[in-house]
Amino acid sequence: MFEFVVGSPLNIVLILGAVLVAAALLIWVERRVLGFLNERLGPNRVGPWGIAQSLADVGKLITKEDWVPPFADKLPFIVAPIIVPVVMLLSFAVIPIAPGVGIMDLNIGLLWVLAMAGLGSYSAMLGGLASNNKFSLLGGLRAAGQMISYEVFMGISILGIVILSDSFNLREIVEAQHKHGWFVFPQFIGFIVFVIAGLAETKRWPFDLAEGESEIISGFNTEYSGMKFGLFFVGEYIGMLLLSALIPVLFFGGWYAPFGLELPNAIISGIFWMCAKTGCWIFFFILVRAALVRPRYDQLMNYGWLVMLPLSLLNLLVTGAVVLAQGN
Amino acid sequence: MINFLCKQLYIIWSQLVTLWLVFTHIFKKADTVEYPDQMPYMFPRWRGRIILSRDPDGEERCVACNLCAVACPVDCIALQKTEDENGRWYPEFFRINFSRCIMCGFCEEACPTHAIQLTPDFEMAEYVRQDMVWEKEDMLISGTGKYHDYNFYKIAGKAIGGKGKGEARNELPPIDRRSLLP
Ligand code: SF4
Ligand code: SF4
Repeated sequence: MFEFVVGSPLNIVLILGAVLVAAALLIWVERRVLGFLNERLGPNRVGPWGIAQSLADVGKLITKEDWVPPFADKLPFIVAPIIVPVVMLLSFAVIPIAPGVGIMDLNIGLLWVLAMAGLGSYSAMLGGLASNNKFSLLGGLRAAGQMISYEVFMGISILGIVILSDSFNLREIVEAQHKHGWFVFPQFIGFIVFVIAGLAETKRWPFDLAEGESEIISGFNTEYSGMKFGLFFVGEYIGMLLLSALIPVLFFGGWYAPFGLELPNAIISGIFWMCAKTGCWIFFFILVRAALVRPRYDQLMNYGWLVMLPLSLLNLLVTGAVVLAQGN
Repeated sequence: MINFLCKQLYIIWSQLVTLWLVFTHIFKKADTVEYPDQMPYMFPRWRGRIILSRDPDGEERCVACNLCAVACPVDCIALQKTEDENGRWYPEFFRINFSRCIMCGFCEEACPTHAIQLTPDFEMAEYVRQDMVWEKEDMLISGTGKYHDYNFYKIAGKAIGGKGKGEARNELPPIDRRSLLP
């Protein structure tokens, strides 16, 4: 049997492969689940249940003309789509999947994720600016404003967890939840703010204002075609996967089984429960996409700065006060 | 203030209700008809592919009167009249450009002989554009289509070979007007 050590080459290869396959599958899963939610069937033609739909999509994207518009700013235009998937994959490095399964055991894991999310916003910004097109510019501006403001609350909302678990290390946060119970209960407000900010961060519905098909064609990726568009696309799905994996780690006890439903092998149990929890969140995000409508941009901003920021600060303040009062 | 808070709570509540309602739809049966595997029922009066029918005796019904071509709003019917040795009119060629046809059915309504009829078939895609132009041979069927008993020449007063004046159904023999003279 293999020895699972955090950061071993086997781990890296397996996790990278799993994440990429999962992201590709998500393209199909999302459309299928959306279909069911809309009382349709979704793509079910390619392979059994349509499972090879992603392959067909990738084939289509690769064989399409990879066109750089003559009026675009070449270098940033080409760099922009590369940033998203790279950054999102890098964030995955710190996600603890099971005891001994993970790529990096970073002491500043949480900060790393936030930093990478911050870098990710460059992709939409650069893409929007470099396209040299009105709609792309609008999309890029929206993306910049939205991602930078929601990053603020995203950071503040999880500081409560850092106080409670006394660590930035994601593994220690999971261990702390094993000891004290899921953080979703003491940190409920932080949890809500984090989920909403995370949605805005990954530019997923209903916060897809940066793309907003019905308003600005396709926003920052209007001018993109072929595999460059594919990279944006895959990056978005890896981002969704990352968010869905981060929420269980931070709030729902990570790889530890709920209600003592532990499987015999610690690693298998860990992987199973992590995947199950991640899957639930992925489903939730697809449900949100199917159900909720996109807010107006000023509503988004008002809501962010006037509701989310005070809420998250209040949460931080109360958590800090309680922890201080208990005298550690 | 209280009002404002109530409104906000109501908004949150309505979002949650939306989520729940949409979620319940996952258990409902999909409305999709998986078309090539599962053929939808096509109603007999559906306006689809156009055919030219024959009368009960197996002769071409079309008399090349051009009424359908005139009625057609997109001018996609072209035909040329000719006559056979019996004096029956028929189209020398009859051509419909289906890439222009809008399946409106006006031609069927205009036709005095029930020759041109629309059928429930809708699978008319072609790979080559020129293949969308159908000739008489492509459209002429061997049956009577929707109207089984109608035979224009048996009813109309026009004399053709084998049927003189006054021999049509419900037609009286022609009157010799001179015999009415005092
Ligand atoms: S169905 Fe309408 S458009 Fe088509 S041939 Fe007849 S009259 Fe013309
Ligand atoms: S199809 Fe009917 S309307 Fe058209 S030319 Fe023939 S008889 Fe006349």
